[in-house]
Amino acid sequence: MSLFYLIAFLSVFFSLLVIFSKNPVYSVLYLIITFFTFTIHYVLLNAQFLAIVNFIVYMGAIMVLFLFVLMLLNLNKESEPMKSNLIKIAGVVAGMCLLVTLAGSVKLLNISDPLVLKNPDIGLVQNLGKVLFKEFLLPFEVSSLLLLAAMVGAVLLAKKDPKKV
Amino acid sequence: METVTQTIQGVPLNHYILLSAIIFSIGVMGVLIRRNAIVIFMSVELMLNAVNLLLTAFSAYWGDASGQVFVFFIMALAAAEVAVGLAIIVMIYRNTNSTDVNVLNRLKW
Repeated sequence: MSLFYLIAFLSVFFSLLVIFSKNPVYSVLYLIITFFTFTIHYVLLNAQFLAIVNFIVYMGAIMVLFLFVLMLLNLNKESEPMKSNLIKIAGVVAGMCLLVTLAGSVKLLNISDPLVLKNPDIGLVQNLGKVLFKEFLLPFEVSSLLLLAAMVGAVLLAKKDPKKV
Repeated sequence: METVTQTIQGVPLNHYILLSAIIFSIGVMGVLIRRNAIVIFMSVELMLNAVNLLLTAFSAYWGDASGQVFVFFIMALAAAEVAVGLAIIVMIYRNTNSTDVNVLNRLKW
């Protein structure tokens, strides 16, 4: 039980470091650590399929993509755009207001039953695969179309304009 | 496997909701206070992950696998979004030599 609170503290700590570190490269590295703590959360919830997918897709693919683009554009602390402190304070105040609102509504909901896994093998690959290919077959196929469209779009965007060259 | 599930016995669902709310708010703050388009993207990823964690916690709590399937779809969506978004950012950088969102005011009329 105390393990959950330790991991939760680490997630919040590293996600704060993501938005407050000046150098974008450090931001990406802290974001990878944050995603790793999320993976631990998934393991604790016994959602093993999601833990592995989170590990591979987020930490492996997406973060490497971010780091690659950062290095490609050669962004570092010197090229980081500066901004007035007033807007920063306003942003933090707005975020805190949102947090207070969310926490207040959660408090009003008043669900405080302890978490008991009724069906512990719900997150196993076998069980999720059955649900995915029976009830969610159409969204699964449509998401493949989405990925194809995204791939074509990214290739078209990254291609150089033939008239320009 | 038993010991893994035993470690979270006794954690109220409220604490998961609160943790997700905190991380979502941090993501919102990041979008508001950073000017670098890539860091704004990373803050959006943070928000998506907060929602993912909440969906997983709810799914485990109710014993319903649909929530975890939704998380899978959100991950596929995030991958597509990042691919297209980073391509757009690279194009913008080629044209303006910066990823500062204050420079990108061309959609203003």
